[in-house]
Amino acid sequence: MIPAEFDYYAPTSVQEAIGLLQEKGPEAKLLAGGHSLVPLMKLRLAAPSVLIDLNRIAELRGIRSSDGGVAIGAMTTHSEVESSPELADRWPIFHVAGAMIGDPMVRHRGTIGGSLAHADPAGDWPAVALALDARMHIAGPNGERVVPAGEFFVDMLTSALEPDEVLTEIEIPALEGRVGMAYEKFRHPASGYAVVGVAAVVVTDGSGSCQDCRVAITGAGPKATRATGVEEALKGRPLDEQSISAAAERAGEGMAFLGDIYASEEYREHLTKVYTKRALLAAARSAQG
Amino acid sequence: MATRETSKVPVNLDINGEQYDVLVEPRRTLLDCLREDLGLTGTKRVCDVGNCGACTVIADGRTGYSCLMLAVESEGLKITTIEGLAGEDGLHPVQQAFIQEDALQCGFCTPGQVLSVVSLLERNSDPSDEEIRLAVSGNLCRCGAYPKIFRAARTAAQIMSSK
Ligand SMILES: Cc1cc2nc3c(=O)[nH]c(=O)nc-3n(C[C@H](O)[C@H](O)[C@H](O)COP(=O)(O)OP(=O)(O)OC[C@H]3O[C@@H](n4cnc5c(N)ncnc54)[C@H](O)[C@@H]3O)c2cc1C
Ligand code: FES
Ligand code: FES
Repeated sequence: MIPAEFDYYAPTSVQEAIGLLQEKGPEAKLLAGGHSLVPLMKLRLAAPSVLIDLNRIAELRGIRSSDGGVAIGAMTTHSEVESSPELADRWPIFHVAGAMIGDPMVRHRGTIGGSLAHADPAGDWPAVALALDARMHIAGPNGERVVPAGEFFVDMLTSALEPDEVLTEIEIPALEGRVGMAYEKFRHPASGYAVVGVAAVVVTDGSGSCQDCRVAITGAGPKATRATGVEEALKGRPLDEQSISAAAERAGEGMAFLGDIYASEEYREHLTKVYTKRALLAAARSAQG
Repeated sequence: MATRETSKVPVNLDINGEQYDVLVEPRRTLLDCLREDLGLTGTKRVCDVGNCGACTVIADGRTGYSCLMLAVESEGLKITTIEGLAGEDGLHPVQQAFIQEDALQCGFCTPGQVLSVVSLLERNSDPSDEEIRLAVSGNLCRCGAYPKIFRAARTAAQIMSSK
């Protein structure tokens, strides 16, 4: 399997990459880890005439603290995110979800920015980004803009990125209070992708009731989405099994479900509720523990 | 439609400690470059799309699927293939352990399995059974030699720690 022909550029700065995107037009594509794009090119489902490699841009890599929160460079690999001590301490969900992506080879080369930009309906980071209310920093010809995760995933394989823009950084805002978070995933046994994945973040006060929560679902439908019905049902309630079970029943409200040879729509809908409950229970335990 | 003539580009690759200068099309994968341009056929091609692990190489200390890496993007990485493991004093301990434990049947997945175990043991000299299982989870073995592969990994860890 051989991709269609293309010209290759390896810029060393984001500015240079944006300049190339503008000059080469919409037939040009950015290359990050290549673990979604290269298979598509081999299958000729994608045939960009120009490939702009982001791997030589040092400023896109790494994890740094930012304004009480943390900022993750788009070219940081899954395994760097998974094993980062800075993240593990306050955002353990990165370790948990990162370790569930594909296999070691995928995690060593695939990047968090590539995964978010690709907006794969079965990707893991989209759910994590939504549950943490991440802010996507995007550089384009007219400077930088910031898009909240809630507006970033537009449709299946479609993000809010314009063809001449580069996702540079994923900013994770600080969380106040007693916070718990969890990611629960039904892995496809062969690929590892999420048949259903649920990321949950809960904030509690001393009394053990839910002050705030965010729940995000991936794998089940055409794009990762917040389960706002579940969130509404849980806010102000005690973080116990009874309230969590009742709230999780609302997972999937208003969602379109995907069906394929592996899992039917009905099965995904069922899994969505089950995994929402598991993720909330685990998040509640970690907030109270 | 006129076919476009993509020119080949020069690439310098660091493979098993040796420098190779090759002229490749940008669409050439590292796997095809190793096998077709450099004659290093120890790295195997099976699925060609990142699903099986037969094409595993170690790049800057981390395993990767060479079928999803372009030769052009591999410039500057230190690549190790199965050909680079044996030294002057013979086979690498992981290779010895695979033979000792008979951890293969057809052998097609073996270069990838061995490299995944080498990469694991470089970072973790005493892995648990679960860590071994996860380390080779991207390397499919259609012959089902897993129990012996796990045993070989444990044996290799012992050989290496006794040195
Ligand atoms: C066998 C296998 C199993 C997998 N299992 C999982 C899994 O379990 N869970 C999971 O989440 N994923 C899984 N993946 C996908 C993997 O995580 C990919 O690495 C990821 O989806 C894409 O990241 P990438 O860095 O490889 O991006 P690429 O493939 O290089 O790019 C993907 C797309 O994003 C665009 N892009 C990349 N970076 C940027 C940027 N900074 N700004 C703007 N656009 C950009 C590219 O132009 C391209 O269109 C799997 C992949 C394989 C091959
Ligand atoms: S040939 Fe590369 S993973 Fe199968
Ligand atoms: S030994 Fe035959 S595929 Fe593993």
